[in-house]
Amino acid sequence: MVLELQDVEVTYGNIRAIKGISLTVSPGELVTLIGANGAGKSTTLKTISGLLRPKAGTLRYQNQMLDRMPPHKIVALGISHCPEGRHVFGQLTVAENLRLGAIQRHDRDHVQQDVDHVYQLFPVLKERSTQRAGTLSGGEQQMLAIGRALMNRPQLLLLDEPSLGLAPILVSLIFDTIRKLKGEGTTILLVEQNARLALDVADRAYVLETGRVTLQGPAKELRHNPQVEHTYLGT
Amino acid sequence: MNIVFYSLQQLVNALSIGSLYALMAVGLAMVFSILRLINFAHGDLIMVAAYFAAFALLAKLPLGVTILLMIGGAVLVGLLMERVAYRPIRGAPDVAALLTSFAVGQILQNGTLLVTRLMQKPNPLAFPVIGALSGVFTFGAITIPRVNVVSLGLGIVLLVLLSLFVTRTDLGLSMRAAAEDLPAARLMGIDTNRVIATAFGIGSGLAAVAGLLFAVQAGQLTPYMGFTPVLKAFIAAVIGGFGSISGAIVGGYALGGLEVLLTAIPGIGDILPPNMVSPGVQAWLKQWLPSSLTSYRDAFVFVVLILVLLFRPNGIVGRREREEMG
Repeated sequence: MVLELQDVEVTYGNIRAIKGISLTVSPGELVTLIGANGAGKSTTLKTISGLLRPKAGTLRYQNQMLDRMPPHKIVALGISHCPEGRHVFGQLTVAENLRLGAIQRHDRDHVQQDVDHVYQLFPVLKERSTQRAGTLSGGEQQMLAIGRALMNRPQLLLLDEPSLGLAPILVSLIFDTIRKLKGEGTTILLVEQNARLALDVADRAYVLETGRVTLQGPAKELRHNPQVEHTYLGT
Repeated sequence: MNIVFYSLQQLVNALSIGSLYALMAVGLAMVFSILRLINFAHGDLIMVAAYFAAFALLAKLPLGVTILLMIGGAVLVGLLMERVAYRPIRGAPDVAALLTSFAVGQILQNGTLLVTRLMQKPNPLAFPVIGALSGVFTFGAITIPRVNVVSLGLGIVLLVLLSLFVTRTDLGLSMRAAAEDLPAARLMGIDTNRVIATAFGIGSGLAAVAGLLFAVQAGQLTPYMGFTPVLKAFIAAVIGGFGSISGAIVGGYALGGLEVLLTAIPGIGDILPPNMVSPGVQAWLKQWLPSSLTSYRDAFVFVVLILVLLFRPNGIVGRREREEMG
């Protein structure tokens, strides 16, 4: 088990955003969290990466407890979080954004290899390497956000809504990339509103509703679950 | 006096006062850019640094040691104020942080007052004369106070070093990232406490240098002397574009230039060479721009500030608002 959440609760003030979630991710697996807006998907990812603190429950990553660990130490463990809404540094150049993704690493040669790897995945970023990230299109910014997360050489990649607001052709490019990363052995926890795409690419899935896991299982099974079909796939 | 020499002299004055404002403003801007905190205690830090320097000089320590002690002391006080006062309330509403900065300022003022009483020093305290910074440079017909030339040179050197730090080092890059989007910076693995402490440390060190030069020009120290510098630094930062280092630097020099212009232009009719403009224009200048207008300098500065806020609310080096996450 790479990642294990047990009865995790998270609150914003008096509002309980997550009401006791348990989930596991195994090495090399691609697990997806699906659910409506406000179900607690992003909150779960933010809690794993340390931006939010759980009120109760435990988060374990390779026998390390994450519950009280600051984000920079969690990044050092090899967990990268590519946030919803991209959050690239718009005032900084593409190259500087990628450098920031590897800010904790000091193996310069290997960092350069990883920059080349990202440019290979997304050639358009190479063309724009000296451009400010704020001048990129939405799709390019999403590529940069994913590339930046990869610069940490993550063992666990948290992807939050990578397809949000993108044109269909870019969505399929992003999902091709996700498949490629999975093929390279990266463990991925994917949050996605587009349940169809998410269930296509994932090994296992959890369905979240108002802060609770209501369904879980292999992605193939959930794809044919009548309830999921009705609520999330619209068939 | 020759108008060319006069202009040159005023230019040096403008750049020297601008350097001081810029040195003070970058500290405010660095902290604000990351924390959205307007640290009004920054002025009191300038005051504390000047007292450190005064006590060191009164103890007959050499100038180099004095400067090291002063900068070290100011950096320590700056780091301490971040750790003790600002870190515990991080995440609280902006107004709480603002009030905290006033409280920190009060504590520094009263603490300094207490220490001067205990050491039986007078208030105000005459700032010891520093040989290297007193007297004037004379170039032909121009005379410029030595401290102005030193301010100008030191200001430019330190600000260039700061720019190199911010653009060329990983810590500087982290600082720019944290200023733009703090949560995203944390997701990169940036230790935000370290970056914030660095911003306080560097800002305090630069403020200390400005404080020394300010004290040399003022000639005397009081525990309340920090107010004017922090106000000027704040105005400079707002004019330039609050929350960016380049804005603070541009704003500092812009404010310095503006103040010197507002001092130099009134009374210009008296020093223009006789045949440079027609007698009518000269009489008009004497009537409408008398040297007595100089005393309204700060009022005009505030008028300019209001105009900047009205027409360029993001300052000269404007930057857009950032989006917040989580």
